[in-house]
Amino acid sequence: MVNEPARLPAPRGTVIVSSVASDAHTWNLVLLQLLLEEMGYHVINLGPCVPDALLVEECVLRQPTMVVISSINGHGYADGLRLAPRLRARPELAATPIVIGGKLGVVEDATERDRQSAVLLEAGFDAVFADAHATDLCRYLRSGEPVGQSTGTSVGPSAGQAVPRTVAGAPGRP
Amino acid sequence: MNSRHRVPALRGVDFGEFVRRRAAAGTLVVQPRMGFDDPRKMRAGLSATKSAAAATVGTVTLDSYTRLRDDAALADALARGRPLNGYPIVAHDRAVTEAMLAGLYGPDFPVQVRHGSAVPQDIFEALVALRLNATEGGPVSYCLPYGRTPLAESVRNWTQCVRRFAELREEGAEPHLETFGGCLMGQLCPPGLLVAVSVLEALFFQQHGVRSVSLSYAQQTHAGQDREAVAALRRLCGELLPAGSWHVVVYAYMGLYPVTVQGAYRLLGAAAELAVRSGAERLIVKTVAESRQIPPIEENVAALEFAAATAARTVRDGRSDAEDSETYQEAAALVHAVLGLGRDLGGALVRAFERGYLDVPYCVHPDNRGRTRSHLDGEGRLRWADPGALPLARHGRTGAARRVTSAELHADLHFVRRAFDGADEERVALTGGSAAVPVQDGLPNGSPEIARAEGS
Ligand code: B12
Repeated sequence: MVNEPARLPAPRGTVIVSSVASDAHTWNLVLLQLLLEEMGYHVINLGPCVPDALLVEECVLRQPTMVVISSINGHGYADGLRLAPRLRARPELAATPIVIGGKLGVVEDATERDRQSAVLLEAGFDAVFADAHATDLCRYLRSGEPVGQSTGTSVGPSAGQAVPRTVAGAPGRP
Repeated sequence: MNSRHRVPALRGVDFGEFVRRRAAAGTLVVQPRMGFDDPRKMRAGLSATKSAAAATVGTVTLDSYTRLRDDAALADALARGRPLNGYPIVAHDRAVTEAMLAGLYGPDFPVQVRHGSAVPQDIFEALVALRLNATEGGPVSYCLPYGRTPLAESVRNWTQCVRRFAELREEGAEPHLETFGGCLMGQLCPPGLLVAVSVLEALFFQQHGVRSVSLSYAQQTHAGQDREAVAALRRLCGELLPAGSWHVVVYAYMGLYPVTVQGAYRLLGAAAELAVRSGAERLIVKTVAESRQIPPIEENVAALEFAAATAARTVRDGRSDAEDSETYQEAAALVHAVLGLGRDLGGALVRAFERGYLDVPYCVHPDNRGRTRSHLDGEGRLRWADPGALPLARHGRTGAARRVTSAELHADLHFVRRAFDGADEERVALTGGSAAVPVQDGLPNGSPEIARAEGS
């Protein structure tokens, strides 16, 4: 289940888009893929319910410019927390920009969401987009915070990354 | 589970009979999509459903770890007290679930378990042990939208499980199965294919011994087309299923839901009207929380009562199920093409997907060919932009195959949300989030066609 369109060459490199192990939702993945392709990336979409080991292997094999994890089923926090150290444990991926976003938790509470985002950053993600828009990813990529380049700022376990940060939607919106 | 050989504490309820009796009295049965991890909260939810001012049945929706049989992740989440997105029926000891249901589940309050698993053996084991004899699914509809299990494996699993479930009849509890085929990916599937898969899954259930079935149809983008689709579904049921063995269940919209309170209720109201006008017997509701989070108990009760009240002031429209329509022609062509692929329906379904006789738009599952594309026409009806290899040579095509751009896909995904939220919500962009992002940001017109959902 690898969605890799034959469109070459992608000037900005390859991005792996993937769900987490327990999440079956795919429309989010398809839209993120399109957005990234339109920004000039070559996208490999690993699809839903990706076991941690498969995701790690694909990332090691493809050496992507960036990894985008998307989850909306409410288990993204727990699954992501387990996944990040597994990705970072591979020397080949120690410096790869890895971001996560979507509806990551089951409980809708701004304080809890911010706490979870901070924990995810600590676990190894470079950015966390909780309840954010897909376009926030575009903005993040365009904002000049370099992806795949070292800025010299090192925070968290993966040194040499862009400044880790979280982006969250405002709470309690109907 | 050590309690496996205990005498069951609960007794099965004839779900199909319950619904048909209410329908005969002119009452639409309404049901929530509800599932909480904590047995006490689950019990409170069922209790509130039961006492709502409506003719209700209860729902226990299972969490994704249970669906995928990820025992390690489930055990870890339970040990750390992490919230789950549903009720972990396999992990909880049987006595816990029996206590959760005691005094609620009974002839006046059937409870259905909903899960979404292509590897449901453990789930069915738990249901059988608990005498919970109503559930939902299907070899196709609980596979393609729900992960990466190969279709042939899902068919094998479902064959085995349906046969086991059918044995409950001998134990005095008429088993009931509902198809999820009328929903599939939740959105942007032309109704002919939804109706066809729903019918094929019901035939599959009956082939393996479960007689009492219900067939789903999920509300789509156009009321007239939906009305036509339910009629087509009922006509095919009449033609292919034994009389008295089936009923139809309408799902309130299963795609990106409106984010405003008014929008959410308007859409639910339209679903209730569709159900009553078309003669459907049961409705599964959605709540104002849908676009954001798993709905709390009170929002479920409010939705159930609103839907029941809307249904009570709506009447069946008197149109005949026998009417011919494009949706009927399309669904019938698909059903008969699959039935022609062999007498064993499970095998026929696998072959149908191999050949592209069935092919779900935008579904990235490897056993789905991914050659079809759908789009909305100027009036909001779902059409085939590209029918792929669907055997629809004579019907249902609206001209030559055309490309669907990402901007179009984005607009189509948000069509219902926008229509029901109204013009004042134009700033709602890619999610129900709050940032005022222009809708087209990052989605320029004329962007490349969405790539085929497979490949290397
Ligand atoms: C369609 C749908 C389904 C379909 C999915 C079919 C498929 N294969 O895709 C079906 C019916 C199968 C389904 C099943 C389930 N679903 Co569902 N589903 C939805 C629904 C209605 C729409 C989701 C959708 O298609 N979104 C389309 C995308 C394009 O939009 P989006 O979700 O807003 O995603 C955007 C943003 O989140 C953001 N984003 C996402 N990821 C990332 C990543 C980054 C880096 C960035 C920057 C942004 C970003 O950008 C995305 C694209 O615009 C939503 C409710 C809703 N939103 O109306 C529920 C919903 C997501 N489902 C939910 C749940 C819980 C489930 C189930 C577990 C069943 C259950 N217990 O209710 C199962 C999943 C089983 C599993 N193993 O995961 C919950 C999640 C609750 C939570 N997070 O707390 C929701 C919110 C419904 C609800 N209110 O209960 N579902």
